[in-house]
Amino acid sequence: MPYSFDWSSILRAWPYLLDGLGMTAFLVVVAMAGGIVLGTGLALARTFGPKPLAVAAAGYVNFFRSIPLILTIFWVFFLVPVVLRAITGDPYLTVGPIWSALAAFILAESAYYCEIIRAGIGSVRRDQLRAAQALGLTGFQSMLHVVLPQAFRNMAPSLVNQSVALLKDTSLVYVISLTDFLGAASAIGQRDGRMVELYLFAAAVYLALCSLGVWAVGRLQSTRSRHA
Amino acid sequence: MDYNWDWLILFKQSVTGEGLYGVMLLKGLGWTLVISLASWIVALALGIALGVGRTLPNRWVRWPVTVYVHVFRNTPLLVQLFLWYFVVPELLPPAWGDAIKQMDSTLEQLLAVLLCLTLYTAAKAAEQVRTGIESVAAGQRQAGTALGLSTLGLYKHVLLPQALRIVIPPLTSDFMNVFKNSAVALTIGLMELTGMSREISEFSAHPFEAFTAATLAYMLITLAVVWLMRTIEVRTRVPGLLGA
Repeated sequence: MPYSFDWSSILRAWPYLLDGLGMTAFLVVVAMAGGIVLGTGLALARTFGPKPLAVAAAGYVNFFRSIPLILTIFWVFFLVPVVLRAITGDPYLTVGPIWSALAAFILAESAYYCEIIRAGIGSVRRDQLRAAQALGLTGFQSMLHVVLPQAFRNMAPSLVNQSVALLKDTSLVYVISLTDFLGAASAIGQRDGRMVELYLFAAAVYLALCSLGVWAVGRLQSTRSRHA
Repeated sequence: MDYNWDWLILFKQSVTGEGLYGVMLLKGLGWTLVISLASWIVALALGIALGVGRTLPNRWVRWPVTVYVHVFRNTPLLVQLFLWYFVVPELLPPAWGDAIKQMDSTLEQLLAVLLCLTLYTAAKAAEQVRTGIESVAAGQRQAGTALGLSTLGLYKHVLLPQALRIVIPPLTSDFMNVFKNSAVALTIGLMELTGMSREISEFSAHPFEAFTAATLAYMLITLAVVWLMRTIEVRTRVPGLLGA
């Protein structure tokens, strides 16, 4: 007998799934903001920093890019409470999975964002920096007002691309039992014995969201090539 | 920090009776290598075929390939794994589904992981190959056609020999990603390197030694991949190209 579909449990579990989707959105937005800020710092350190700092930043980036994200999540999940207990002296301190997941994503994604931002900074002409100096801007001011605005415009498509990858990666919080969208779909699927419908639905939702990102990248690229 | 580091933990017997913790870790490493290399080899071949398919003039080939690549690149790997492992056996004809469910559980997990990683990686590789083919100067395609080459001859003698060499650097990161992505296997119970280090951390109460060992193993794998691809890149360099 072929499988008989029953999609009604998705309708009944709608509020729960929406909560999960909210958690996914929260993780994506915070990790994206944190990752871009930290990634910009790393990229500046790699490009303009003194030698030891540049080497340290490069080491950081290569380290996080060579280990699986799941392993980073485990590291943070187990290590952070131990470190915080040592610092605060409170032996019963616990850190929720949300904060562990966020810290892991920011640490790991900043390595990926760093490489994109570095390429973006590399695409700004050196004359721009000289001109900024000639105008009497300090190093910090010329970065903030001259180099970074142009760099970010050049790398907007890649940044969106990486954020789509981040959206897909957030589903990995499954391994520390944090209920994001996939976790919610999984829980409902197991409860109702409707894993087929729930996983297919989850795949469709992720596909729709990522397609939106891909479409945005296409838009950004075509507007850029029109202005160029 | 009041954490007791004890590196000798890897040489102690597991409380589960599975042997030394270090040996368990090596078994995990073995799984990671087997899964990743097997998936990568098939995915590379499939990816080249699909990448070519995306650039062919025939739209009955181009369209399905484009849809495949889009779908597999834009859903989370974990969701794809769950689809292969939990969903597909239910949707197959019942006799087949039952046969899969009665398999040895490790074999069942292995099949799902291999299928999942291969098809996911092939979609990524196809995109790189397509970009490579498109980056070969358009004049070369026209010159080949003017010489009277068939489509097959054009790809075999003009486009692919150049495109495949151009895409070696981007393929390096795809190759590295296979090893990292293989960690998702732990979610369906296949104990590869990350899963094994997690298990050891629970049984031995020494999480950081286990995670450090796994981290070092992944870093070694990355170094090996970078070295291998670099060697291939130097050997096959296209004379006269700047990036090569």
